[in-house]
Amino acid sequence: MSNATAVLQLRGIHKKFPGVHALKGVDFTLRPGEIHALLGENGAGKSTLIKVMTGVYTRDGGDILLDGQPIFPASTGDAQALGISTVYQEVNLLPNLTVAHNIYLGREPKRWGLIDWKTINQRSRELLKNYDLDIDVTQPLSSYSIAVQQLIAIARGVDMSAKVLILDEPTASLDADEVQSLFRIMRSLKERGIGIVFVTHFLDQVYAVCDRITILRNAELVGEFEAATLTRPELVGHMLGKELAALEDRLHQTTSESAAAPALTLTQVGRPGTLEPVDLQVAQGEVVGLAGLLGSGRTELCRLIFGVDKKQSGTMVFQGKTIHLSSTKEAIDLGMGLCPEDRKHDGILGPLSIRENIILAQQIKQGWWRFIPRKQQNAIAEKYVKDINIATSDIEKPIEQLSGGNQQKVILARWLASNPSLLLLDEPTRGIDIGAHAEIIKLIRQLCEQGLSLIVASSELEELVAFSDKVVVLRDRRKVAELTGSDIQPDTIMRAIASA
Amino acid sequence: MVNRKFIPLIVTCCLFFLLFGIGSIQFESFGTSRVFFNLLTDNAFLIIAAVGMTFVILSGGIDLSVGAVIALTGVISSVLISQYNWHPLAVFPFVLLLGTGFGAAMGALIYFYKLQPFIVTLAGMFLARGLASVISEESIPITHEFYDAVSMFGFELPGGAWIGTSTIICLLVLIAAIVVAHYTRFGGRVYALGGDNNSAALMGVPLASTTISIYATSSFLATLSGIVYSFYTFSGYSLAAVGVELDAIAAVVIGGTLLTGGYGYVIGTLVGVLIMGVVQTYISFDGTLSSWWTKIVIGILLFCFIAMQRVLSRGR
Ligand SMILES: Nc1ncnc2c1ncn2[C@@H]1O[C@H](COP(=O)(O)OP(=O)(O)OP(=O)(O)O)[C@@H](O)[C@H]1O
Ligand SMILES: [Mg+2]
Repeated sequence: MSNATAVLQLRGIHKKFPGVHALKGVDFTLRPGEIHALLGENGAGKSTLIKVMTGVYTRDGGDILLDGQPIFPASTGDAQALGISTVYQEVNLLPNLTVAHNIYLGREPKRWGLIDWKTINQRSRELLKNYDLDIDVTQPLSSYSIAVQQLIAIARGVDMSAKVLILDEPTASLDADEVQSLFRIMRSLKERGIGIVFVTHFLDQVYAVCDRITILRNAELVGEFEAATLTRPELVGHMLGKELAALEDRLHQTTSESAAAPALTLTQVGRPGTLEPVDLQVAQGEVVGLAGLLGSGRTELCRLIFGVDKKQSGTMVFQGKTIHLSSTKEAIDLGMGLCPEDRKHDGILGPLSIRENIILAQQIKQGWWRFIPRKQQNAIAEKYVKDINIATSDIEKPIEQLSGGNQQKVILARWLASNPSLLLLDEPTRGIDIGAHAEIIKLIRQLCEQGLSLIVASSELEELVAFSDKVVVLRDRRKVAELTGSDIQPDTIMRAIASA
Repeated sequence: MVNRKFIPLIVTCCLFFLLFGIGSIQFESFGTSRVFFNLLTDNAFLIIAAVGMTFVILSGGIDLSVGAVIALTGVISSVLISQYNWHPLAVFPFVLLLGTGFGAAMGALIYFYKLQPFIVTLAGMFLARGLASVISEESIPITHEFYDAVSMFGFELPGGAWIGTSTIICLLVLIAAIVVAHYTRFGGRVYALGGDNNSAALMGVPLASTTISIYATSSFLATLSGIVYSFYTFSGYSLAAVGVELDAIAAVVIGGTLLTGGYGYVIGTLVGVLIMGVVQTYISFDGTLSSWWTKIVIGILLFCFIAMQRVLSRGR
């Protein structure tokens, strides 16, 4: 294709971090009015490429052309001024500012030279309506869930986009409806001639909106393809460099359920304003999936069980004993684990190494005075790095230097390593690539055979189907259905979520 | 329902009225406009310095050089006025410029070399204090008709309260600071830095210029505070205003600003200073208590406020 038709063109981009050559001569061409998927495994270099385009990192080689002119952005601010607007992988907004201020930070409308808050609030409200979000925009951002924050970040990015819009895994914590509204908005930007770069691990989404696809593998360009002519197995093959071993379908009800002892029984457990009373039984070795839209109460239920929030009603029986948790430490001591939804704030300890992050939960459980010997720490860390393909040069690397998906794998490993008897996973595979996804499902099934009980909250129906022996559907902070056996199918779950 | 974010500010205001009320009930002449405005007059220099500190703390930093800058300002001004016969109106812009440059340099060091604000401003403190002592170890008196005019200037409010030059300057600074903090882009950037440095950068906040401006502002206000301070003392002394930076930090925290940055209001700092002033006034009215009790009470208040912040931020 000729240069004339490209709005943004990258040629031979190199980027090196100490010990890692993260981009090796990558080319990328974005045309105006197209949606261009940027795909690759965790750690392939997608986010790095984006940060090079937007001036967060300075490139170690190569050219960037915007409308045919070479550009050298030195900061996100520069890139914005050039018409490149970006929604980075993690929610990168300011928790202390109001929602409206977050949307307009750096481009606040003014009146008489002073910031016009009334206009800011009003425009933000209208902007968020496009995403079916009706919230109080004068509250601090931190009072909203990670998914809502994600939508706010998208709203900001979209509103600022002049020539190019870059979305790095924007859909990772959104559910189907929100993804649809995002797609609607992306298509309308496309009509206006804006070029969109879209990073995701959901292949359905790639085929739903993208025109072209660029694939990276191990810091190198694999190639650029037309979405219409690239089949799904070909696409996966390019990403992984090999065929994906097909996951055999799980036979639901494999274990005779009556035989398995109940691990956790909730009777009318609730908390006014957070969750209506819920009944729930989890047998030993069983996987219970929690389905529902955003804010349906999935996260809240996990938090109640784990003692983050205290239950106000009902009884909870865990391994035959009635328990009243008042802190998460007690839950951990009893053998529970919770892998939270918001990895950036509740999960990773940025400057600590992968090893330290992995052994953390186990160390807390044992108490700090019974220090885990270094050799054992190394063994545990190395086992998980191998088992779930954490892409890293070594286990002493600070976790903040890993790619987003690999950070998520480390958090997951942390809880798996603590040998819990009941594990609660809130959106466990957010941002994890399809290859690793399969590995994780396999690993979890193994653990369940050894008696681990699992509660998984997820907005990905396919994943729930793959994991679960039982699916509990929540709506409006209330349990509305419980599906077992052959009822566990994406469309049945979908119907249960949607039915009024 | 009041917005959660206003809770610390509301608590601070209530506390001020409570303390003022207690004083008024106990002592006949306590609850007067005169005592109230005296709080402003006596603490004008501290309010000005603490307002600067508010910006720094809101951005997640700290400025330990404030007291030393006040002293250095006094010394340089008094030398220029008394020994070199400069007119004060020429001296003030000169020292303000110097002060601003000093702050900007600290900000630049903090940003470009990724140094801790604590260390950089500690070094700034030693530098400024040392420089002041090198210039003169003795207190240098200022005698100039302009200073006499300044101290005469003002007007009386009904009830016998006196509004002098320092009070007027301090109120102007307050108004300007409130506008800057809450109605300009710079203000938004200060809060952004305090919220999350990394995210702020990814949202296009220019970190370099913002950091430099914040410390320049703080030192500018510290210098202004030093000028106002010289209106009280009619002199410049290298050991003046020792520990004022700590009073300023205390006022900011009692005023409801989170020490880790990102949350708080300029107006809270005013109330913070007033609370400290009220405690002091109460103790001097009482007459039997040692003035060190002021420090003890402020210490206890600080503990309480930090504990409250902890509780509130956990709920977030
Ligand atoms: N700041 C950094 N310092 C050192 N290494 C880094 C840094 N950022 C990224 N890397 C390394 O660069 C490689 C590419 O990371 P990148 O974040 O671009 O991956 P990604 O394709 O976005 O993956 P994911 O799908 O998990 O988000 C990884 O090996 C990562 O460890
Ligand atoms: Mg990434």
